[in-house]
Amino acid sequence: MSGRFRTPSGGRVDRDKPVRFSFDGKSYQGVAGDTLASALLANGVHLVGRSFKYHRPRGIVTAGSDEPNALVGVGADDAHYTPNMRATQIEIHEGLVAESQNRWPSLGFDVGAVNEVFAPFLSAGFYYKTFMWPPAAWKKIYEPLIRRAAGLGRAPAKPDTDRYTQVYAHCDVLVIGAGPAGLAAALAASAIGAKVFLCDEQAEMGGSLLSEKTTTIDGLLADDWTARTLAALAARANVMLMPRTTAFGWYPHNFLGLCERITDHLAKADPKLPRERLWQVRAKEVVLATGALERPLVFPDNDRPGIMMAEAARIYANRFGVVPGETAVIFAACDSAYRAALDLKAAGVAVAAIADLRTAPGGVWVDRARAAGMEVREATVVTGTSGRLRIDSVNLGKLGTDGRVGSSETIACDLLLMSGGFTPSVHLFSQSRGKLVYDEALRAFLPGTSVERERSVGACRGILDLEAVLNDGTVGGSGAAQAAGFAGAANRAFAVDSDSVGSDGFIGVTPHGGDPSRTRAWIDFQNDVTENDVRLAIREGFRSIEHVKRYTTTGMATDQGKTSNMNALGLVSQTLEIPVPRVGLTTFRPPYTPMTFGIFAGQSRGELFDPLRETPIHEWAAAQGAVFEDVGLWRRAHYFPQPGEDMHAAVARECKATRQAVGIFDGSTLGKIEVVGKDAAELLNRIYTNAWTRLEPGRLRYGVMLREEGFVMDDGVVARMAPDRFHITTTTGGASRVLAMMEDYIQTEWPDLDVWLTSTTEEWAVIAVQGPLSRKVLEPLVEGIDLSREAMPHMSVREGKICGVPTRLFRVSFTGELGFEVNVPAGYGRAVWEAIFTAGQAYGITPYGTETMHVLRAEKGFIIVGQETDGTVTPDDCGLGWAIGKAKKDFVGKRSLARPAMTAGDRKQLVGLLTVDPKTVLEVGAQVVADPDQPIPMTMLGHVTSSYWSATLDRSIALALVRGGRARIGTRLSVPMPDGPIAVQPVEPVFYDSKGARLDV
Amino acid sequence: MQSYSAFSLFKQALGGHAGWQRQWRSPQPKTEYDVIIVGAGGHGLATAHYLAKEHGITNVAVLEKGWLGGGNTGRNTTIIRSNYLFDESAALYEHALKLWEGLSQDLNYNVMYSPRGVLMLAHNIHDVQIFKRHVHANRLNGIDNEWLNAEECKAFCPPLNVGGAMRYPILGGALQRRGGTARHDAVAWGYARAADARGVDIIENCEVTGIRRSVNGAVEGVETSRGFIRAKKVGVAAAGHTSVVLGMAGVRLPLESYPLQALVSEPVKPAFPCVVMSNTIHAYISQSDKGEMVIGAGTDAYTSYSQRGALHIANHTLDAICELVPMFRRLRMLRSWGGIVDVTPDRSPIIARTAVPGLYVNCGWGTGGFKATPGSGHVFAWTIARDEPHRINAPFTIERFRDGILIDETAAAAVAH
Amino acid sequence: MLLITCPHCGPRAELEFSYGGEAHIARPVDPASLDDDSWAVFLFERSNPRGVHAERWRHLHGCGRFFNVLRDTVSDTIVASYPAGQPRPALSPDGKGTTR
Repeated sequence: MSGRFRTPSGGRVDRDKPVRFSFDGKSYQGVAGDTLASALLANGVHLVGRSFKYHRPRGIVTAGSDEPNALVGVGADDAHYTPNMRATQIEIHEGLVAESQNRWPSLGFDVGAVNEVFAPFLSAGFYYKTFMWPPAAWKKIYEPLIRRAAGLGRAPAKPDTDRYTQVYAHCDVLVIGAGPAGLAAALAASAIGAKVFLCDEQAEMGGSLLSEKTTTIDGLLADDWTARTLAALAARANVMLMPRTTAFGWYPHNFLGLCERITDHLAKADPKLPRERLWQVRAKEVVLATGALERPLVFPDNDRPGIMMAEAARIYANRFGVVPGETAVIFAACDSAYRAALDLKAAGVAVAAIADLRTAPGGVWVDRARAAGMEVREATVVTGTSGRLRIDSVNLGKLGTDGRVGSSETIACDLLLMSGGFTPSVHLFSQSRGKLVYDEALRAFLPGTSVERERSVGACRGILDLEAVLNDGTVGGSGAAQAAGFAGAANRAFAVDSDSVGSDGFIGVTPHGGDPSRTRAWIDFQNDVTENDVRLAIREGFRSIEHVKRYTTTGMATDQGKTSNMNALGLVSQTLEIPVPRVGLTTFRPPYTPMTFGIFAGQSRGELFDPLRETPIHEWAAAQGAVFEDVGLWRRAHYFPQPGEDMHAAVARECKATRQAVGIFDGSTLGKIEVVGKDAAELLNRIYTNAWTRLEPGRLRYGVMLREEGFVMDDGVVARMAPDRFHITTTTGGASRVLAMMEDYIQTEWPDLDVWLTSTTEEWAVIAVQGPLSRKVLEPLVEGIDLSREAMPHMSVREGKICGVPTRLFRVSFTGELGFEVNVPAGYGRAVWEAIFTAGQAYGITPYGTETMHVLRAEKGFIIVGQETDGTVTPDDCGLGWAIGKAKKDFVGKRSLARPAMTAGDRKQLVGLLTVDPKTVLEVGAQVVADPDQPIPMTMLGHVTSSYWSATLDRSIALALVRGGRARIGTRLSVPMPDGPIAVQPVEPVFYDSKGARLDV
Repeated sequence: MQSYSAFSLFKQALGGHAGWQRQWRSPQPKTEYDVIIVGAGGHGLATAHYLAKEHGITNVAVLEKGWLGGGNTGRNTTIIRSNYLFDESAALYEHALKLWEGLSQDLNYNVMYSPRGVLMLAHNIHDVQIFKRHVHANRLNGIDNEWLNAEECKAFCPPLNVGGAMRYPILGGALQRRGGTARHDAVAWGYARAADARGVDIIENCEVTGIRRSVNGAVEGVETSRGFIRAKKVGVAAAGHTSVVLGMAGVRLPLESYPLQALVSEPVKPAFPCVVMSNTIHAYISQSDKGEMVIGAGTDAYTSYSQRGALHIANHTLDAICELVPMFRRLRMLRSWGGIVDVTPDRSPIIARTAVPGLYVNCGWGTGGFKATPGSGHVFAWTIARDEPHRINAPFTIERFRDGILIDETAAAAVAH
Repeated sequence: MLLITCPHCGPRAELEFSYGGEAHIARPVDPASLDDDSWAVFLFERSNPRGVHAERWRHLHGCGRFFNVLRDTVSDTIVASYPAGQPRPALSPDGKGTTR
C-alpha cells in the first residue's frame, strides 16, 4: 500500500505499480500516476517547505501550477539539480530525489524561524527605512545578511549536462488547455479540417474532467468521455496532442512560445532525448481554454500545513485516490466547496463543519451537504487556526449583520479547506495585449477586446457550468477554424448531467474581527505578505496596485500572484473604498509559469553558439600549429610558432622572413564584392571618397568609404577588371555592412543606376605572397601573366592561371614589400596555397599570421579600420586626406565633412609615436598627455591605437591618435602608466622605407 | 519629513506600524508652478529634488501619466557604473556615481546601492585593447577601473565559465569595483519622498496632452488630462515618450524609441557575486538581494512603443548567459518585460535647453539611464534653475548632432579589422 | 517575432529581414546646397511616432529587396507593406488598413 492516506480504490493512479522516491533523505512509496504532492499527502506528509521571509512551516495548498508553497529542489546530483520546482507538478518516478528548501538544519526544526520573533520589525519595505548607518555597513554587513536570508532554493553548482532543443511550427488553430472547453474546441476545429495543435501543461489531458466522479457527458462518465475524445483526436491526422506542454508566452503576430517537458518524469530516459523542447508556434488562430484557478480565502493564520484549497483536496481524492486528512473543516464562499466536501466525505474524510461566509447559502449543493449530515454554519468566518507543523484546530466566529464578528468556537481538525471562488486565467489573453474587463458579478477580470487573432472559451472567460463550457468550446473551436479559412461548422451540443456550482465567491480579506496589525492573514503565501503589509503600504501612500505590489512584494513570487493577486486587489479596494477596476491590475508578463533557461538557449552552446567561419586554408594552418584568434565570426591564424617560440619570437621571425625573403599569408577573410554594370564606376564614385571613372581596367586603387555622418566606415583595394566590372575588397569585419549599405543606396536612392552587386567573399581564396622574393616564387607557377616590373606594376591586376587554376592576381602590398595577392576560386585555395608554399621552400617562404601582418603594415603606417579608427575618425584624422576626390561634387559623407567641427585643427590626428627608450613597447589603449605631472583628472590628448616591437627596426613603434597631432611632431609627449610615465616623441607615421623604394622593384 | 532609522522602525513596530506617515502626498494640481517636470521617473523626481534642495525652487510639480517610477525606472536591470571612455561621459556618470555613494543618507531612504563591482568581459583581442583603453583613460580621469586577466576574472566571479569550452573564451575583463546595483523602485520612492517633503507636488495619473506657448514662442504651461497648468519653465524627462511630448511644442529631436527587454530568474540563494557584462556576446547579469538573477537583453531591431520584445531576442540573451555560466541553464525564467528606450544617433543623452524658451529636455539615455539618475537630475535641475547648462552637461546639447561633435561611446568600441 | 509580408515573396518571419529605419527620407539631390541645420535634419531627425510608422525593411535572407511597411508602433500591428519607391498609402478611417 502506498501510504496511509491512499483510498482503497478510485482515481487515475495505478495502485499496482509502486514507485519509490526520496524526500529530504527519507524514502517513500507512491504509485504510478502520482505527483510528488499526491504521493507525499498519501504518506501523511503535509509539511514540505518554509516560507521566504519568516520561515513559516508550509504545506501543499493546490494541486496545480499555481502552487505557492510546496517548492522543492529536485535532482540526484548537481548536474541535474533544479531548485524551486512545484511538488504539485512533479510526476514521481523510481529514484526521484527531492528536498525541501530554505531551512536549516531541517524542515521540522528551522533556525530561520527565529525571524518570527522579529516579525513585528520586518514589516513591508522595512529595509528601505533602516540599514543606512554607518553607510559602509550596507555592503559589508547588512546586504550579505539579507542576501543569505533571501532566495529560495540553491542554484545548481555544476554545469547542466542535459540538452534542450527548439522547433518552429505552424498551425491553423492552437488550442491552449485540454480541459472540457479545449477538448471541445479541438474537436470542432479539427472536424472541419483545420490543422490543430492542442497543448496542456499537465501530463494527462482532460483538466477538470479528470476529477469528476459521477458527472456524465452525452451519457458517458466524464472519464470515459475524456478517453474517447482524446482517442478520437489522436486518430485525426490534422491534430497534434501536446501533453506536458505549457504555452508560456505570447509574442506579436500570434507567435507563441510553448515548452514541452520530455524526460523529467522518466526514471530512465533515452539519452538521445532532450530534457525539454521549445516550440515556437505561429498560429493562424488561437483558442484560449486556460480554465480558472480557485482563490484562497484570506483569514488569520491561513498558512498552516493542512490548510488547502477545497478543489485541490477534491482533485487529490478523486483523481489521485488520496485523502489529505481525517477531519476537515470547510471555509466556503461558494457552492463548489460543498461539492468538494461531499466528494471528500465519500472518500472517507469526516467533515466537522462548513463555515460559510454567505448569510443564507442555499441551493442543491448546500442541501446535499445538509442531507449528508454536515453542519453548515451560515455567516460564519474563520478567525484563527492553531497547530505548529500542521493545523490542529480552527476558530470560527459568527459574522453579524453590522460586519462585526461575534462568538467564537474552536473545532479540532487536521484539514481546513477553503474556497473563495474561481479566478479565470486570463494571463495569456492579457499577454496578447487584449483588453480585460472587470465583471462585478464574478469579481473577476474577463477577456474583452482582442488585439491578436484569438478567442477565449470556457472558464477562462467566466463560464463555469460544464455543459455551457463544452458548448462554448465547440463554438469557439469552429469559429477559429472558420477564421483560419475552413468552411463548415461543427453544430453539436453536449448534454451534461451535473449541477452548476454557481459563481459566488469573495475577494479581499474575510472579516475576522481582529486587530489587523496584530493578526496575520496571508495574502501572498510564498513572499510572506500579510493583510497588515498591504494596509501599511496603503497607509504610506502606495495607492496604485503596481506600487502596492512592488512595496509589499505581493504577487512577485514564483507563482506571480496566481492565487494572491485578486485578494490583494480586493483588499486595496476594500481599504480605499474604490472599485477594483480603479485600483488597476498589474500587467501579466511572460512566462505563464517559470521556464528553464535551457530551452531559450537550445543547442546554442560551445561551438554551436555562433557560426564559425574558417578559410579554405584553415586546416593547413592548424596542422602547422598555428595559434588562432577570433575576428568576428572568423577564426584566423594569429601566428605560427615553431617549437620553443612564444608569440614575440614567432612574430619577429615571421616579420624578418617577409622583409628579407618571402612570406605567405591567408587573406581569404577579406570581404569581396563584385560590382557589375554600366554604372559600376558611377556607384563607386558615389560610395567612396575617391574618384573611379578614370581608373583603367587592370589597375587597382585603395578606396575609403564613409558613413553619411562623415566618419570612416571601411576601406580596401578595388580592382577594375573591365569598364563595367569591379572587384572590391573590404575589411574582414565590414563585408556585410558594406554590401548592405551599397544595396541600400542602389535600391532606395539611385534605382536608376544600372549596377549589380554580388558578395564573393566566400568565392575567392586570397593568398598573399609578400617579400622581395615573392615574384621569384610565383613566376614559375603562373600561366599567361607577365609578373615583371614593367608588365605588371604595383597596384595592377591580371587574369590568367596559377597552378592551372584561374586567378585574379593582384600586385598589391600591405607590407611595404614587393607583393602579390593571389585570388583563386575557394575550392582550389588549399591546393594553390600548398603549391606556392612548396615552390617557395627554395626561397625560405614563411607563413605568417595576423599579428605579423599588423606589425608589417604598422611599420609602413598603413591604418586598419577599427584599430586606428573608432567610428569617430574622419579620413583626414587618420591621414587619408589624400584619398578624398577634391573635385567630386558629392559622395556619401562629403557634406558632413564640411561641418566646422570636422575640420577643426585640434582634432585627433594620426601620428607615429617613438618611445624615447626604444626597448619600451607601449600598451595599446594607453593615453597620451602633454604633462604627466598634472593632477588628476588629466587632460588627455589621445591614445595609442597600435603598438608593436619591430624586429626589423630593432625598436618599438606605435601609432596614436593625438589632438592636433601633426603639429606636435617633433615635440615630446608622455604616456602615464601606473608605474610611471613613458616619454614619447610624435613622428610621421611611417617608420620604414618612407619613400616606398622597396615597392618599386 | 518623518525620519527613517532603526530606532524609528523599532518604535513604530511596537505601535503596530500605525504611526507611519504617507511617503508622499497626493495633491491636486495647483493652477501655476515655477517649474513643471514632465515624467515622475527617477530622472524627473531627482530633478525636482535637486531643484528644491540645491536651488531653493520648491514651487514645482512633477506630472506623471501613470504611477511614479512606472516607466524605465522600474524596468531596468539596475546596473551602476561610471567607467566610460570619453571625458564627457566619464564626467557625467562619475558625477552620478559620487551621488549614489551618499544617496541613501541624502534621501534618508535606503536605495540599497551595492558597490559589488561591475566586470565587463573581453572575448577577443580587440575587446582586450578596447577595455585597456577604457582602463587607462579612466585612471587618468580619477575613475576606478582595472584590468583583470582571465584567472583574476574567475577569482572575482567564480561561476564564470573561464577555461571551459566557449565559442568566444573569456580573455579578461575590466572591473570597476565601485560599480554595482541599486534598488530601482526605492530610488524613485526615495526621491519622491524627499522632494515631496520640500514642497514639490507629485501628481500621478496626470497626462500631459499639450504644451502651450505664448505669442513670442515661450512656454506658458502644459495642458493635461486634469486641466491646464501654468508654468514658465517646463522640463521634460519622459524617457520612451520624449518625441511625443516634445512634438507637442513642435520640437523634433534626433531620437528613436526601441523596445528593450529584461528578465529575472526565480530567486535562489546567493550564487553570483557581482555584475557581469559582455558586450561581445550581448549579456548582462547580476543577482538581486532577493535572489533573482537579473538579466538584460538587447534592443529589438525596430522602433516600438509596445513595451514588449521578441522571443528570439530573449533566446539570444539566454544563449549568452548559459554560455557564460553553464550551471544556470537549469534556472528558470520567472518574468520578462519590456521598456522603451530613446536612442540618439550617438547613443549619448541630451540634457539641454531646447529652441523653445522655457522648455528643457533630458532624454536619449538609451539603455544606460538608470545609472545616471542622480547626476542627471542634479545637472538638469541646474540647467532649468539657471537657464544654462552645468559644466558637466554642457557637451550634451541637441546642436552637437548638427555640428558633428558626437559623444559616441559605442562607435569607439567599433568592430575591428 | 513579427510576421512581415514582403511584397515580392509573401509573409515571412522577422528573422529573414533587416530593419532599415524610417521610410520616405530621401537623400538630398545636392547635399552641398544645404545648410548645416537642414543637413542635420536629413541625417538625424526622425518622426518616431506613437502610432503608424512608415519604415523600411529589407528581405535580407530572401529576395534581398528593400520595401516599406506601415506598422503601428503601439501594437506592432502591420497595416500595409509596399515596394520601395511607391508613395505611402493613405490609412483607412479606422486606421487598421489602407485605402487602395
